[in-house]
Amino acid sequence: MSFWEYVGTRHTQLLADTYQHASVVFQCMVLATLLGMLIGVATYRSEWAGSLATTSTATILTIPSLALIGLLIPIVGLGVPPTVIALTLYGLLPVVRNAIVGLRGVDPALVDAAKGIGMSRAARLLRVELPLAWPPILTGIRVATQMLMGIAAIAAFASGPGLGNEIFRGIASLGSANSLNQVLAGTVGIVILALLFDAAYVLIGRLTISRGIRA
Amino acid sequence: MPEPSGTSTTTPPAGTTGARIHLENLTKTYPGSHAPAVDNVNMEVKAGEIVIFVGPSGCGKSTTLKMINRLIEPTSGRIRIGDEDVTDMDPVRLRRKVGYAIQASGLFPHMTVAQNIALVPKMIGWSRARVASRVEEMLDLVGLDPREFHGRYPRQLSGGQQQRVGVARALAADPPVLLMDEPFGAVDPITRDHLQDELIRLQHELHKTICFVTHDFDEAIKLGDRIAVLRERSHIAQFDTPEAILTNPADDFVSGFVGAGAALKRLNLSRVRDVGVVDFPTAGIDDPLQDIFDLLRNGSTNELLLLDRNRRPYKWLRRGDLARAKQSLARAGTLVTDTVTRDATLRDALEAVLTDNAGRVAVTGRRGEYTGVVDMETLMNTVHELLEADRLEALEHQHQLQEQRHRETLLAQEGLDTGEGGAGGAA
Repeated sequence: MSFWEYVGTRHTQLLADTYQHASVVFQCMVLATLLGMLIGVATYRSEWAGSLATTSTATILTIPSLALIGLLIPIVGLGVPPTVIALTLYGLLPVVRNAIVGLRGVDPALVDAAKGIGMSRAARLLRVELPLAWPPILTGIRVATQMLMGIAAIAAFASGPGLGNEIFRGIASLGSANSLNQVLAGTVGIVILALLFDAAYVLIGRLTISRGIRA
Repeated sequence: MPEPSGTSTTTPPAGTTGARIHLENLTKTYPGSHAPAVDNVNMEVKAGEIVIFVGPSGCGKSTTLKMINRLIEPTSGRIRIGDEDVTDMDPVRLRRKVGYAIQASGLFPHMTVAQNIALVPKMIGWSRARVASRVEEMLDLVGLDPREFHGRYPRQLSGGQQQRVGVARALAADPPVLLMDEPFGAVDPITRDHLQDELIRLQHELHKTICFVTHDFDEAIKLGDRIAVLRERSHIAQFDTPEAILTNPADDFVSGFVGAGAALKRLNLSRVRDVGVVDFPTAGIDDPLQDIFDLLRNGSTNELLLLDRNRRPYKWLRRGDLARAKQSLARAGTLVTDTVTRDATLRDALEAVLTDNAGRVAVTGRRGEYTGVVDMETLMNTVHELLEADRLEALEHQHQLQEQRHRETLLAQEGLDTGEGGAGGAA
């Protein structure tokens, strides 16, 4: 069976896996973005808290994904929970780091001006600092999403959802007729998804970054 | 050169006058340093006055300014604006009533010009329609065409335009007090000169109380009603009118800051309308040729100024030119190349007189019409009179100060007599 025949016969299964892959990455990214920005906003003002946040999220990233998911199984069981927890944790670092760098990079003179014309602390953050720091933060989210696309494939190890199942099945039945097709289908699916997400981010960037600061 | 532009139909001055600012024993000590950055400043800024804080960098002038809107919280002392003590007021509420303009404009790059200007009016809860019309009005006030600049982003503006928008934003909610922290420090000299003229014009219309920080003494002389020369830790070395500081610097520090050429700088402070403008024989371009000839031939003068139909200076005509004139004036005489307005500074006038080969310049009114002539002699005489008057005033002032100091030492000595006895020793 050629690759295209394989895809033709198995397209329902493949589409379901692709949808689940996209869905888990998307949901974990939303979580990671919210958490990451909260951590960033909470820590960027203080030298040590900022470094602590960056270092600890960086440490998480150094744990091999297979090991992290394996370690989570005895605690939260199989399936979706370990996948979501692992992906969210991995997605944190780029968001947190870029949020801190972005917020610290806002021209202090502008913050001073915002204060000087009578903006409250919250208004300063929401109307001046975050909009100005948004381009680097969005870049962080984009990088994190690309990373999670690949890591999500490992989730199949813990019976998680997504295209990883296809790859794992192929690897498990190495030598059989369809094993190569299965691995290939899973990988190509992930690459296509990643490209689609990236295109979406370009669009989001166009819509949310003010024309006044767009490069 | 300042000229009335077409925007005089904006806000009526009623209700837009400034408020008095009173600083009492204002001190700022940063944690971790025992010497205060600003030490015990006492100052009163009158309503509707421009006061310039000038001093070397690091003297605390900016810190002092930022304590007025409490961007920097004073360690001790009181701040009063109008009749209100604002030292313990909610700083956010205070700052909405005090305009603030900084170097390099401080505009938010992600907002349009209109959004930037609308910020404060929106925050204090103006209706949408009122904010919109106010934005147009402010753009008009600072000399930018609302239709053209409304939707632009700051990066699409030149430095000077950005600074104008910065001033518009600071004034948008019509605050009685305006604080300006080296606002023109980052623009080129020509633009700076224009912006300074604009500010003078604005202040003529609005009568705000303005505190302005700069390290440029010439800027201080040009803009200030009064100048506070500050030395380290914001100690006031001298707080007086520009004239007084130029002619009678309180000490070596101030005279060092005034720099060379105080007499020349003094010329910036007087306007042509303050000096005697002399009358000059004139003739209209439509006058019969014969009349003009007669005027020159038997008059006491050997030169006259020919005016065009709108009574604007057109040509200098000498007796000698008549020989060449024949039947028409078209080729006779020298065209008037330079005129000064009644609002021009004496320095501008001197410049024009020096460039003119006969040493005089025509003075024009609002619409460019002839009002008189200034020549070297009048200029010299006025300058001498001015300097003499300044000197007398300064002497009197010094005398008063000495008397006061003398009285104070006397009092002090009386108080100390029972103590060590040997105190005293006046300066």
